[in-house]
Amino acid sequence: MSPTTMPLPTPEQLIARLADQLSPTLGPDLALVGIHTGGVWVMDALAERLGRDLPRGVLDISFYRDDFSRIGLHPQVKPSDIPFDMEDRRVLLIDDVLHTGRTIRAAMNILFDYGRPASIRLAVLVDRGGREMPICPDFVGAHLELAEHENIALIRAEDGALDFKINQRA
Amino acid sequence: MKNNLQLTEDGRLKHLLSLDGLPARILTQILDTAASFVAVGEREVKSVPLLRGKAVFNIFFENSTRTRTTFEIAAKRLSADVVNLNINASSQSKGETLLDTVANLSAMHADMFVVRHAAAGAAHLIARHVAPHISVVNAGDGRCAHPTQGLLDMFTIRHFKGDFHNLRVAIVGDVLHSRVARSQIHGLTTLGCPEVRVIAPKTLLPRDVGNLGVHVHHNMEQGLKDVDVVMMLRLQNERMQGARLPSAGEFYKHWGLTTEKLRHAKPDAIVMHPGPMNRGVEIDSEVADGPQSVILAQVTFGIAVRMAVMSILAGN
Repeated sequence: MSPTTMPLPTPEQLIARLADQLSPTLGPDLALVGIHTGGVWVMDALAERLGRDLPRGVLDISFYRDDFSRIGLHPQVKPSDIPFDMEDRRVLLIDDVLHTGRTIRAAMNILFDYGRPASIRLAVLVDRGGREMPICPDFVGAHLELAEHENIALIRAEDGALDFKINQRA
Repeated sequence: MKNNLQLTEDGRLKHLLSLDGLPARILTQILDTAASFVAVGEREVKSVPLLRGKAVFNIFFENSTRTRTTFEIAAKRLSADVVNLNINASSQSKGETLLDTVANLSAMHADMFVVRHAAAGAAHLIARHVAPHISVVNAGDGRCAHPTQGLLDMFTIRHFKGDFHNLRVAIVGDVLHSRVARSQIHGLTTLGCPEVRVIAPKTLLPRDVGNLGVHVHHNMEQGLKDVDVVMMLRLQNERMQGARLPSAGEFYKHWGLTTEKLRHAKPDAIVMHPGPMNRGVEIDSEVADGPQSVILAQVTFGIAVRMAVMSILAGN
């Protein structure tokens, strides 16, 4: 079966699935951190579904990328914002698609520059395989087998609706 | 010609020599990136690993503790290795010797030069002769340009006013000798500011002021009327001598920014100064330390803007 012919679950279904996994782990010392840009959308949708007023932060990993010396600075860097004290905090790191694991490596380094968290756990909407780092998510919406030349991206319409888009790399 | 030197063939920033000739797209990219670095400066750990292992040489042929320090802090917060060199220009014959200095530093595996020189065009000259992997940042050359100061001023205006498209901005003081003023005018014009005024005595305006696209005023009351931003320039004391100005007191009386004169600007106008200030000459302490002053914010933003410039250059 070619991977792209698989019926793709909707982001909404996966967010509901993630929320079910997450709700037993909630607590007062938990904070959500979304990675720009898709991870932030997922975080906001999750927080709404969980109905809890959890502290939320956003990370842009541009200053910590491991391919800076090859491709330079991303043309659109967004400010990171961690509006809570990182010290002894349980952090739930959230991203849309987990692939090589390099983004998560960079994101963890940033978190430590804000302080020493008690723990970091990882929630992703989609794990598409292809890991290059020893990183394993704690909460996963769906596992997808994608070919090497395929990319899956989360997109957001103007009305805020989320959808997946599969691109073929040239 | 000299401006093409700043861009790579595919239009990315290679050297920062002057704001003249840089497209709005690049200025905006620098300002956006700087906004992210402002957030970094507020963290527990103020550095990021972006320029780890890169060597930044601050070569200052003209003294400027303040500018050199901000570049040094910026490079260190990017995790670069920083070397500061103060080279007394008077002990050098210019031209070949300048390039010899640069060739020697290049042989020490420099990745970036930050250059301050009393002669206009010094940074351009160096940029033309460095190895392809090296970037040059002009930290002030003669009366010509001081692009990072211009950029931090643009950042400050955007931070407090949001956008350039409805702003009236007045630049006040010694425009003739000011490299800062030229960079400010280029920055404002490129970013879409519809009305840039300069307010100065005739003797402190360059002859080509008509070509700069600014409105010229010789009177503070008229010039400041309804402006959103007042950018003061430093009056250099050595220029008091000779026929240009009668005295510091006389200058203060006509062009020094006082609370009373500031009332002609909009009530929410911000007051800027590139520093170091001559209190009681171009600006009164009551204004410099007053609620409309954003002079210290400029200093903080200056570090973030220089981090942005260095990281964009190092990546291109």
